[in-house]
Amino acid sequence: MTTLDHSGHPSTPAHGGHHDEPYYTGKGGVWPTIVDWASTVDHKKLGVMYLTAILVLFFLGGVAALAVRTELLEPVTTVTTITASGQAVTRTEGQLFNPGKVDPVTGEVSYPADLGNNYYNRLFTMHGAIMVFMVIVPGIPASLGNFFLPLMLGAKDVAFPRLNLLSWYVYTLGSLFGVLAIAYHGVDTGWTFYTPYSTTTDAGHWRVVYMILAAFTLGFSSILTGLNFVVTVHKLRAPGMGWFDMPLFCWAIYATAIIQVLATPVIGITLLLLVFERVFRVGIFDPGLGGDPVLYQHFFWFYSHPVVYVMILPGMGVISDVIAVHSRKPIFGYRAIAFASLGIAGVAFIVWGHHMFASMSEMASVVFSALTFLVAIPTAVKIFNWIATMYKGSIAMTTPMIYALIFLFLFAIGGLTGLPLATLNTDLHLHDSYFVVAHFHYVMFGGTIVALLAGLHHWWPKMFGKMYNQKAANIGALLVFVGFNVTFFTQFFLGTQGMPRRYASYPAEFQIYHVISTYGSYILGIGFMWHLLVFIYSLAAGPKAKDNPWGGLTLEWVAASPPTEHNFDHEPIVTHGPYDYDTQVPPKWDPKDWPLPDPAKVAAAHRH
Amino acid sequence: MTTLDAHTPDAHGPGHDVIDPSRPMYQQYKHAHHFRTAADEFDACKTGLWLFLATEVLLFAGLFCAYTYFRYRFPAAFSAGSGYLDWRWGGLNTIVLLVSSYTAASAVRNAQLNQQARLKLNLLITILCGLAFIGIKFALEYGPKWAQGKRPGSLYCYPFAHEPNEPMWWSVYYCATGVHALHVVIGAGLLTWCLVRCKNQHYGPTHYTMVENSALYWHLVDLIWIFLFPLLYLIH
Repeated sequence: MTTLDHSGHPSTPAHGGHHDEPYYTGKGGVWPTIVDWASTVDHKKLGVMYLTAILVLFFLGGVAALAVRTELLEPVTTVTTITASGQAVTRTEGQLFNPGKVDPVTGEVSYPADLGNNYYNRLFTMHGAIMVFMVIVPGIPASLGNFFLPLMLGAKDVAFPRLNLLSWYVYTLGSLFGVLAIAYHGVDTGWTFYTPYSTTTDAGHWRVVYMILAAFTLGFSSILTGLNFVVTVHKLRAPGMGWFDMPLFCWAIYATAIIQVLATPVIGITLLLLVFERVFRVGIFDPGLGGDPVLYQHFFWFYSHPVVYVMILPGMGVISDVIAVHSRKPIFGYRAIAFASLGIAGVAFIVWGHHMFASMSEMASVVFSALTFLVAIPTAVKIFNWIATMYKGSIAMTTPMIYALIFLFLFAIGGLTGLPLATLNTDLHLHDSYFVVAHFHYVMFGGTIVALLAGLHHWWPKMFGKMYNQKAANIGALLVFVGFNVTFFTQFFLGTQGMPRRYASYPAEFQIYHVISTYGSYILGIGFMWHLLVFIYSLAAGPKAKDNPWGGLTLEWVAASPPTEHNFDHEPIVTHGPYDYDTQVPPKWDPKDWPLPDPAKVAAAHRH
Repeated sequence: MTTLDAHTPDAHGPGHDVIDPSRPMYQQYKHAHHFRTAADEFDACKTGLWLFLATEVLLFAGLFCAYTYFRYRFPAAFSAGSGYLDWRWGGLNTIVLLVSSYTAASAVRNAQLNQQARLKLNLLITILCGLAFIGIKFALEYGPKWAQGKRPGSLYCYPFAHEPNEPMWWSVYYCATGVHALHVVIGAGLLTWCLVRCKNQHYGPTHYTMVENSALYWHLVDLIWIFLFPLLYLIH
């Protein structure tokens, strides 16, 4: 390897002591290692800690989801029978989770339907709140973003490493608030905390306040992380890396961070007012005191709609990188994809009204409906560019690439089913139905979680220095793909036929769809456990990963697998674009791994 | 090889070197190792703080929205409500904050010019102004009003209301000024931290990021009050 120092003299890398060891090397003993991790300002360790926490919470949220699906296997029916002694006995059937109540006089335990239904409300709220606030929003930026943004920029760390550690602890604190609310039997407000329900339900209990504080605290962590990333992108790009030499993942993280910084404060004040409302009854959202519950919805969605793009933009960044690397072709329309990220970030702020078409004037609804359609433009720009990138590429069907293809398939369905929801007259029929549930699961899960899986499989060798068994991982991908579609495609039918969301029971004719959907969710669950086993096996006994197993051109592949504590032996100088496959040979490339297409041929194909 | 590598100075963050107590601290400050130069670090810190100030503006934007919306809905109650406030106390607090903004800006200049004694004095005056603001707010405004029953929302028990929706006015008033007061306390805390660190000449011409950023934060707190004061006290 030829390296030049500033004076132009060849020099050898300064190898010394701990600089060569992987970033996660222990510090001699269990306690020193724990203290080292708990006080680390290393973006890589923080990324791994976020990833672990997010996966644990994903498991919790997933268990809640499976419980919700299992409860929906049978409709809830109440049957009254006359016993031999002439007594009327009412029994509830079709409920799996009913805590029951004890009659204080007779000591008999009865299971009235509303107890079980309340339990169901708590389950789906737990699923929604965990998945949105603790898993999907921080998911890709905090884990993969933390780990790879500095590496891809050629930096040693994020701009404010200690702030990064602080935001990790704030995230942990927020998650603990959430877990506390669950430990106190959970909340039943739905993850959106709509007033006046969220201000009146469970009066006398603090668990709703805990859950609101959890969302507030997690928002704080989100702001700090976003701020850190914006400054990192502005200030810590390696010499030679202009804005348009950044990998598209960095562009996506940058756009995400801007939304995080600009939207989250609004939910901050909203949730704070909600706590004031609940604790002091200040009345801002209470119609009885002159307040306005719809004001809450405006405040809430002014944040929570942009945050939908906080959830999906990093996923789009992952897909941009994965598709370019595994198609071994320059990405088609680099600038279009980069500006589409910013475009989505911009449009994100002016569409919140489509969450409350029913509670606005017709004129406002029409305007918000029209604005909502704008989102489709930059999104479609991205999708078409990805497909054009694959066209005549040398596609390697690796696990990350398979997940990228799954993303394209599912996200296209998710995006297109958004259009009937943005259209006022069809939305009148579809709103608050299972159609909406299926739509946003196709976007959130089929988009973000699938992109997280693509990114995880893409960067796993770099993060942990171990390869995983690709054949086994592909089986997992198949299970997830089939399970997901069986679970959620069915729900489109349920929604169009009129099944409302969030109901614990349903008319008997819907049962067949619910049963199919539930079995699909079990396949999905098995798929995730399968992936977990593949990853655990990779950590325990996987073969050592090469520095550049996929032949990527971006800077993270210059670093060792796993990277050392300071990422690079020397500060890298960037001399080419991130996807110049037609002119560049990937760093640390081993022709035995995969044959490199002839750059001349690639260039020719690209021109035609 | 696809990239050229440039040699960088050996990676050491601040705190790795032995501190010489006979020299001012600011001369011995070393920027964090992941920045190329101290100027880069200073720029990054300022960019970060400006972004944070943007989030603060947006936080208060929610309160201003609530104010606008409820003023539009209950104009009579809001007009009556601002009549209960004494503009003289609000005006005094405005002057207190403006003076403190001046001293905070002066403190930054003092650090740049290495005027250590004046730096401490200006920081101290700023902190005292912050405390005076809180004192006036709580002892002379919140206290008496709360005692009269002019409280937010359902806690309201003032018997001589002119308008039925006055509780909403007090809700907005307490939420907006309360969140602002919290920010005054945080700002004063930051400046106190600067003052404590001044004793070893921690800040000087080559290193004054913390003073500059704390002062910027303080100006924002001041600016928000500049908007709150006329909206709450002067418009009838």
